[in-house]
Amino acid sequence: MDVMRTGTLSTSGTYTPQRNWYALVGWLFLLVYLAYITSLFDLDFDRFISGLDNGSKFLGRMFPPNFTRYELLMEGLFESLQIGVIATFLGVLISLPMGFLAARNLMPPWVTWCARGVIVLCRSFHPVIVAILFVKAVGFGALAGVMALTVASVGFIAKLFAESIEEISLKQIEAVRATGASFPNVILIGVFPQVMGRFTGFISYQLDSNLRNSTMVGLVGAGGIGGTLFAAFQRFDYDFVSAILISIIAVILAGEGVNNIMRRIYR
Amino acid sequence: MTEPSKYQGSEIQSVTDHSLDIRNLTKEYTRGVPVLQSVSVSIEANGITAIIGPSGTGKSTLIRCINRLIDPTEGDILFRGKNLAKLYGRELRFARRHIGMVFQEYNLVERLSVMENVLSGRLGYVSAWRAWMRKFSAGDIERAFSILEQVGMADFANQRADALSGGQRQRVSIARALMQSPALLLADEPTSSLDPRTSVEILELMTNQAKNLEIPVMINIHDVSLAQRFADRVLGMANGKIVFDGSPSELNEEHLKTIYGGQGWMS
Amino acid sequence: MIIPGSSLEERQWTRFTPLERIFRYAFYVVICSAIVVSLRTIEVIPEFLFDAPAQMVDMLDRMWPPDASYYPETIHDALVETIHIATVGTILAVVLAIPIGVMVAENVTPYKPLNWLARFLLVSSRSINSLVWALLFVAVFGPGPLAGSLAIAFRSIGFVGKLFGEALEEANHSTIEALQATGASKFSIMYMGYWPQVLPTFWSILLFRWDINIRESAVLGLVGAGGIGVALSTALELFYWDRVCMVLISMLVVVAAVELVVTQIRKRII
Repeated sequence: MDVMRTGTLSTSGTYTPQRNWYALVGWLFLLVYLAYITSLFDLDFDRFISGLDNGSKFLGRMFPPNFTRYELLMEGLFESLQIGVIATFLGVLISLPMGFLAARNLMPPWVTWCARGVIVLCRSFHPVIVAILFVKAVGFGALAGVMALTVASVGFIAKLFAESIEEISLKQIEAVRATGASFPNVILIGVFPQVMGRFTGFISYQLDSNLRNSTMVGLVGAGGIGGTLFAAFQRFDYDFVSAILISIIAVILAGEGVNNIMRRIYR
Repeated sequence: MTEPSKYQGSEIQSVTDHSLDIRNLTKEYTRGVPVLQSVSVSIEANGITAIIGPSGTGKSTLIRCINRLIDPTEGDILFRGKNLAKLYGRELRFARRHIGMVFQEYNLVERLSVMENVLSGRLGYVSAWRAWMRKFSAGDIERAFSILEQVGMADFANQRADALSGGQRQRVSIARALMQSPALLLADEPTSSLDPRTSVEILELMTNQAKNLEIPVMINIHDVSLAQRFADRVLGMANGKIVFDGSPSELNEEHLKTIYGGQGWMS
Repeated sequence: MIIPGSSLEERQWTRFTPLERIFRYAFYVVICSAIVVSLRTIEVIPEFLFDAPAQMVDMLDRMWPPDASYYPETIHDALVETIHIATVGTILAVVLAIPIGVMVAENVTPYKPLNWLARFLLVSSRSINSLVWALLFVAVFGPGPLAGSLAIAFRSIGFVGKLFGEALEEANHSTIEALQATGASKFSIMYMGYWPQVLPTFWSILLFRWDINIRESAVLGLVGAGGIGVALSTALELFYWDRVCMVLISMLVVVAAVELVVTQIRKRII
C-alpha cells in the first residue's frame, strides 16, 4: 500500500500534497483504541506509578545476581539441554517419514490428508499448553517436557519438510532413473541433494527453538531450569532469579553460535 | 506418403547387437486417443537417426517409451535380446543401464558438482551405501575424468551444476550418458534450450562420441536443418505415425508438408 | 577435490577435502554423543513412560464431551481480553522496537557501541520467554492484563527489532545517498529515504508477530497475567477436564480465525 500518495500539480505549477486519509483515520482509530484499553485494563496513573516504584525495588533486589547455588542452576540447565536435544532428535526421527507421507507429489490424497492433519494438530497449541497436558497425563518431570517439545518439533519440521519435497524438480529424478539406478539410489542422488540444504536449516532452527522452550516448560512442571526459576520466584529469591536468567541467555547465545558453525560445515 | 523403409530390421537379436527393433508401439494417454499409433521401425546398430515432426506428435513419447520413462500401451521394443516393453523391476533397471539419455533441460542434479553428476551415470551399478558415501571405484573416477576431457569440461569437475551455462550443462549431461558405457544413446530435444552455435557444438560432440563408440543414436529434434546436417537417417512423424523414413537428402518440400502441414513452410 | 596424478597413476577425486571431512565427522560425533548422553542421563521413571499412552487415553476420555456452557460464562470475555493483550503488546513492542531497530542497523547508525548495545537488548528480549517476562511483570504490577501486555511487548521487541534492523540494512543505498547529497537532515533521510522502502516489510513483520502473540498471550494467564490462560488454569486445577477441552477448542478456533484474517490482510496490503 502506498502510504506516500502524490498530490496534484496545478496549472500555475504549485504542488499541493494530498492528505493521506487512510493514514489519518488509522492514527485516530489507534488513539481511540488505546483510550478504550486504558479503561478496560483498569489502568490509571496511580497504579502505574506504584508499579514503577515496585519495579525499581524489584530491580534492586535482582542485582547483583546470586550464583552461590550454582549446582542447582547447572542441574536445571543440564536437564533443559537434555530435553531440548532429545526432543529435537525424536522430532526429526518422526518428521522424516511424516514429511514424506504428507508430500502431495509422492503420496495419494488420503495419505497426505491424514499426515497433514496430524501435523496441523501438533502445531495448533502452544508448547506450554501441550506440556501441561502431558504433565497431567504422565506426571511431573522431564518426560512430559520431552513429549511436549517433540510434538512441537514435529509440527514444524514435518510441515516444512513436506513443503520442500513438494518443491523438488521431478526432471532431475527422471534423469537419475534413466541411468538404471535402484530406488534407494534415486532417492539418495535425485531427491536428497535437493532437500538436504533446507532440511539442515529447519533442524537447526528447531533445535534453537526447543532449547528456548525447554527453559520454559519447567514452569509448568515439565522439567528443566524453568522449575528452578519458578521455585526461586515463589521464594522471592530474586537475585537467584536474575542469575538463572543470565545463564539462560548465555546458553541460548551459545546455541546460536553452534548453529552458525553447523551451517558453515554443512554448506 | 510413406516411403518404404530401406532398413528392414534384422531378425538376429543378441546382446552384442546394438540394433533396436520397435514393433507396433502404441501409446494412449486417454483411451481412444492414441499419441503413438502402432509405430514400427528398426534402427540399425550404428548411425544417427533424427526424428522430426511438430510438437505433440509423439516424438518425445516414442523416445521415452524406449527406456520406459513412459510405459507403452501396446507393442514390443526389442533390444539386446530383451523386450524392453515387458521388463519390470530389476530387469528393467539392468536394461536401462545400457541406454544413455540426454534431455532438453539437461536434468542434472543442480546442487551436486559436475563430477558427482557424471559419476551418477554409474548409479545402476553401485549400492546405496556407496552412492551415499560417494565411494566410486578408482577406475570409475579415472574414466569420469577422461570423459570430462572428451566433452571439454575437465576444468569444471568441482563446480556445482547450477553454476554452469546451458551448453556446459548439456556437455556434462552427455558425459553422464557416456559414463554408462551405453549401447544406445537417446536424446530428447537436446538443443532446444541452446543458442544456434552451441546447438551445433553439442550435436557434433554427441555424434562424434557415438561414432567412436559405434553405438546408435536417436535424436528428437525440431530444427530440420540440423537434422539434415547431422543425421544418417531421418524419421518424420505426424499424428503419431511415421510418415517419412529415408536419408536426409531425400527429404523434400512435399515430405515436409506431410509432416508439418501447411503451405510454403520452407519459403 | 582433485588430486592430479602422473600418467602412470590414476586421478583421484573425493567429495570433501580431508579437513572438511574431519570437521564433519567431529560434528557427527558431537551430535551423537549429545543425544546418547542425554538419553542415558535423563531422569525418566520407566513406569511412567510405559504408562503414558494409557494415561493419555484416559485424559482424552475425560475431556469429551466438552463443556459448552463454560464458554459464555468465562471463556468469551477471557478470549477478548487475550486478543487485546496481544494487540496492545504488539503496538507497544513496535513503538519501542523502532528506535532499537534503527540503532542496530549498521548503515543507519555507524557507531559500533550503539550497535552492540542494541544487539544486546534485542537478544536479551528474545532469550527471555514471554512467560518469564509475565512472571516478572506480575511481581511488579500485580496480576492482570497490564502485566500480560507488557510481557508480550518486551518479548516482541527482540523479534520486531531484529527484523526491522535487517530490513533497514537491506534498503537501497543509492536512494539514501541521493538524499544525503541534497543536504537533508538525518530525520528527513529516515522519513523520506528509509521509511517508504521498509514499509511493506514493516507491515509484514507486524502482522506476523501479532499472529504469534495471540498464541503467546493465551498462555500468560497461567502465571496470572490475564487472558484465557486464567480460565484454563482454573479448570486444570479443579480437574474439570470437559471445561479444559472447551477452552482448548476455543483457542483453536481463535487461532484459525486470526490466521484467516492475517492472510486476507496480507493479500490486500502486501
